[in-house]
Amino acid sequence: MNKMQRFIKEFGWPRLIIAAFLLSLFVIAPFAGVNIGTSLTDTIMRFSMNGVMVLAMVPMIHSGCGLNFGLPLGIIAGLLGGTLAMQFGFTGKLSFLMAIVLCTPFALLFGWAYGKLLNRVKGGEMMIATYVGFASVSFMCMMWLLLPYSNPQMVWGYGGSGLRTTISTEGYYYHVLSDFLNIKIGHLSIPTGSLLFFALLAFLMWAFLHTKKGTAMTAVGSNPIYARASGIKIDSIRTLSVIMSTWLGAVGILVYEQAFGFIQLYNGPFYMALPAVSAILIGGASVNKASITNVIVGTFLFQGIVTMTPSVMNSIIHTDMSEVIRIIVSNGMILYALTRKTEETR
Amino acid sequence: MEATLLEMKNISKDFFGNTVLKDVNLTLKKGEVLGLVGENGAGKSTLMKILFGMKSIEETGGYGGTIEFDGKPVAFHSSEEALASGIGMVHQEFSLLPEFTATENIVLNRESTRYSVVSELFGSRLNTLDRQSMQKKAIEAINKLAVKLDSEMLVGDMPVGHKQFTEISRELSRDGMKLLILDEPTAVLTEHEALALLSSIKRLAASGISVIFITHRLAEILEVCDQILVMRDGCIVKQLDSGNASVSGIAKAMVGREVDTSSKKAKEVDVETAPVEMEIKNLWVDMAGETVKDVSLQVHKGEILGIGGLAGQGKLGIPNGIMGLYPAGGTVTFRGKEIKLNNPSDCLASGLAFVSEDRAGVGLLLDESLEWNISFSAMQVNNKFLKSYLGGLVKWRDEDAIREVTQRYVDALQIKCTSTRQKARSLSGGNQQKVCLAKALALEPSLLFVSEPTRGIDIGAKSLVLQALRRYNEQQGTTIVMISSELEELRSVCDRIAIITDGKVIGIRPAHCPSEEFGLLMVGHQGEGK
Amino acid sequence: MIKKTLSQDKSIKEFVLNNLVPIMFIVICAICIPVSGYSAPALVQEMLTRIARNSFLVISLLVPIMAGMGMNFGMTLGAMAGQIGLIFITEWGVVGIPALVLAAIVSTPISILLGWMCGKILNNAKGREMVTSYIISFFMNGVYQFIVLYCMGSVIPIKNSAILLPRGYGIRNSVNLINIRRVLDNLIPLRIGTVNVPVATYLVIALLCFFIIWFRKTKIGQDMRAVSQDMEVARRSGIKVEHTRLLSVIISTVLAGYGMIIYLSNMGSMNTYNAHSQIGTFSIAALLVGGASVAKASIGNVFLGVILFHMLFYVSPQAGKNLFGQAQLGEYFRVFVSYGVITIALVLYEMKKRRAAKLGGLTLAKAQEEK
Repeated sequence: MNKMQRFIKEFGWPRLIIAAFLLSLFVIAPFAGVNIGTSLTDTIMRFSMNGVMVLAMVPMIHSGCGLNFGLPLGIIAGLLGGTLAMQFGFTGKLSFLMAIVLCTPFALLFGWAYGKLLNRVKGGEMMIATYVGFASVSFMCMMWLLLPYSNPQMVWGYGGSGLRTTISTEGYYYHVLSDFLNIKIGHLSIPTGSLLFFALLAFLMWAFLHTKKGTAMTAVGSNPIYARASGIKIDSIRTLSVIMSTWLGAVGILVYEQAFGFIQLYNGPFYMALPAVSAILIGGASVNKASITNVIVGTFLFQGIVTMTPSVMNSIIHTDMSEVIRIIVSNGMILYALTRKTEETR
Repeated sequence: MEATLLEMKNISKDFFGNTVLKDVNLTLKKGEVLGLVGENGAGKSTLMKILFGMKSIEETGGYGGTIEFDGKPVAFHSSEEALASGIGMVHQEFSLLPEFTATENIVLNRESTRYSVVSELFGSRLNTLDRQSMQKKAIEAINKLAVKLDSEMLVGDMPVGHKQFTEISRELSRDGMKLLILDEPTAVLTEHEALALLSSIKRLAASGISVIFITHRLAEILEVCDQILVMRDGCIVKQLDSGNASVSGIAKAMVGREVDTSSKKAKEVDVETAPVEMEIKNLWVDMAGETVKDVSLQVHKGEILGIGGLAGQGKLGIPNGIMGLYPAGGTVTFRGKEIKLNNPSDCLASGLAFVSEDRAGVGLLLDESLEWNISFSAMQVNNKFLKSYLGGLVKWRDEDAIREVTQRYVDALQIKCTSTRQKARSLSGGNQQKVCLAKALALEPSLLFVSEPTRGIDIGAKSLVLQALRRYNEQQGTTIVMISSELEELRSVCDRIAIITDGKVIGIRPAHCPSEEFGLLMVGHQGEGK
Repeated sequence: MIKKTLSQDKSIKEFVLNNLVPIMFIVICAICIPVSGYSAPALVQEMLTRIARNSFLVISLLVPIMAGMGMNFGMTLGAMAGQIGLIFITEWGVVGIPALVLAAIVSTPISILLGWMCGKILNNAKGREMVTSYIISFFMNGVYQFIVLYCMGSVIPIKNSAILLPRGYGIRNSVNLINIRRVLDNLIPLRIGTVNVPVATYLVIALLCFFIIWFRKTKIGQDMRAVSQDMEVARRSGIKVEHTRLLSVIISTVLAGYGMIIYLSNMGSMNTYNAHSQIGTFSIAALLVGGASVAKASIGNVFLGVILFHMLFYVSPQAGKNLFGQAQLGEYFRVFVSYGVITIALVLYEMKKRRAAKLGGLTLAKAQEEK
């Protein structure tokens, strides 16, 4: 009994409720006439789409910069890479590779500047990160209109300038990962390529955290003064973590786009940080502790709820309340993490 | 003779078995000034906390004995109750709001208000402030103290002395104030301001308010007090009338307690003639509350140098400044090479290590395992416990080596833990201290700073830690600089002891000198000691 | 002599640094106004309307700042309560000033409840009130949607088909508020030249300003100022810190509810699911543009901010069109500016906080060096 209580305490009530909720959805699904196979396919698909962006939360949490509400900045770097690869005329699998190559300098630059900024506002990172994200998205809204892109698949048909709000990746990197080694069993379809790509990045992240630098990063997040007394340059470690987060955000959006099939520009990236933030929290992370397991479990739970609620709810009460449930669950989770007594600001 | 105001009888207090006060008796008459002196940890503050009804006393199991105040037996459960009975206390740290004026601070939460109709509906907090009457109240209190203080000045813009006056005025502005407790009020004041305060205290006493005055400046005690109590180890060891007291008498009583130093083996080498390992010249360190102003010191190879002194005089600032944790200036040379100040990694790489007095804040990763805590510094500084791959490009944590070294220190220092994976947070204070020590030793330093190694740990752990320090000094030849508030501890371990007063070295004596000599140094009497 | 000019230089630099945001805005406005090509009377009319429309909402932010809780992103909670009030008066078919008053009455208990909740949560998140209140606004938006989109008409009795979705429950995306449209603005008609002045609205705002000024002078106002400086010192002196903070959030939420009612009555229609979340960002941006910081804000900041911010908001699409041939660009620009301003203001505030902490150390070190 005691063990049980401790387990609940460590796992946290909200997570337990969410997991139970998802489980009940899967149980109810067959009775509501929802095909488990398709739902599972959907869940796995979304998992492979969003996993990398959730992974992008890990470095900054480890270095004590808190939840990366500024993820849109990384997403913008990814969008720049993705659109430039198309503009330069790379197609097929090569375009995806080139998109990653092209987004990297932007991610490094943005991440470096963003990291420098966050070092000057220690203690207030999360609020400022949010607005850095917003400001950069709205700045890029202007840039998408002004930058001299000319690929006809990307610019507005009339006028001939300014990028479209949604751009199809058909013919470029559409499904390059998802269709790679895709396994089909009845209704179930597994995007092996995307999963492998996520696994690769997750493995690299895990490996990094086991190196000397990675150990230092965790220590900076755990107790910055201890780390400083051990000769660590806190600011440069923090900047490194922000750069890593930003780059992962950039790659994350590319993975998302190749599976989704469209690039969403303008206001698209605005609220993309919140699902990623709440996913990692649902997975068991806190404001200053996160593991790869948290990423995997959290993304699966979060995306599971996002896919299952509409279909199951719809067939039971004939109302699509999924949007409302998603908002309440994801923000409720963030709220829970922010107000936990044990995680007060240092 | 005036009537008795306060009588504390047989006061005793222990914190979870650790006795800090035993059988203390104290009597104070109306209009009398009582001086309370003693080393840090002698029990002065605990005694005052009991009198003032501070919550921390009740939360740790209350106290023994009885208190009679103004003819009635009392037992305050909160400071509000103490305040209501007419006891005011000025704490060492300021409790002031910087953006409020002196007036606003003096009458804080006791503001005069004007009646407003809205308050009938929503309660008295919607009455508007009556600034004129607030100011009148404040000026009245300031006049009682008879100091120059602008009642409309923002506290944030005030010099330190005026902040102290504001703080005292606030206590005086309460109705029916009978007893004022001042905890080291002059520590932050300039000489001129301190004199003004002393004369105010005299004036207050003359007007019938009793004062308990805690200070380390013995001359001040002699100047204003009618009665002097010297505390040591939770007891009152001496009670003096100001007429027949002397600075050296008080100092001797303060440190008292001759310890048996015969058990200490004499060093084979004479440390005084050993080569200089570290040379500190004109060091200043900006560490709040422990400011170092101008320290020059030589540390000899193979010795244990003690640094002592009263709290707040700057002894803690020395290692913190040298190791780069607080902004510092001056020159520090180690083995002929100048150490870069404000750069912890350079210090560590040169072979220095530091066990901080702030275990939770600086010393430990509370939420990580013992393995991490012990191995981290050595891993980062000396590239230990790492496996190199790809020609050194990837430096992988070697978990086996880490476990092994942790286990070695767990055994050597007898750290009580369930496993080397246990979180540091779940250890007791003494074992945490050992982990801090292990972390520093894992660096295999040539010179080790140890700051307050026995603060807040039980007796058993204390002697283990001190023994370990001596062992490493003797066996490995590690030079050790140990900073401690407990003089006897320094005398039992160190070869030489430097005493820091007012941010400077006031004197260095061999550890076998009589303790009263150190006591005099501590209170700032350089000449008389010789 | 040299020293003096140096200190003058320093004070100019200080002034610019302290007022960076308003100065930037004045410069941008000064460029955009001529480019947009609006006439002076048109500008004046627009500004008068916008000040009347937005000031009340922005003023509602002042009280939590006084209590040291920063920008209350939770003001959207009040806005939600105001909107619920408006939905009910539309359902009941009340018109004119009584409708406004009734909406305010309906919104009050909802605001108090939401504000109390928000305050309770914020008391558990000391030191990160802003990001927490920001997430609360998102969270409550979900609850609001649940109530308005699913419960209204099904559980909560709403019959008016003009505001209900065709499916029989849930409120339409856009609710026409013709019953209260500009009733307050036109209560006391005043026309100067071609410019209409909404006198009654200004009177209400003036009343609120007096309330704030009076409130600062009350005991509770003093308590809030004390709490904002140092919670521990305030607690030691016997001030109920948590309670005081809670009250400040409740007052702000209730005022935001009233502000939203005034705002929407001026607009004449309500965007049921978006109006409240936009208004939070815009109100906070406006206050910051007026030179307020996260720790300090005055009524002057409110009006300067509303004028500057909305001036830019009004002229930038037209300026974008005239300058680049794209009105869309101007629209994106104004969104960028509002987010950019909040970012800059937050960064400046955090940096100032850290600089103040550093300064204490620097003076000490200097004193030692001089010795």
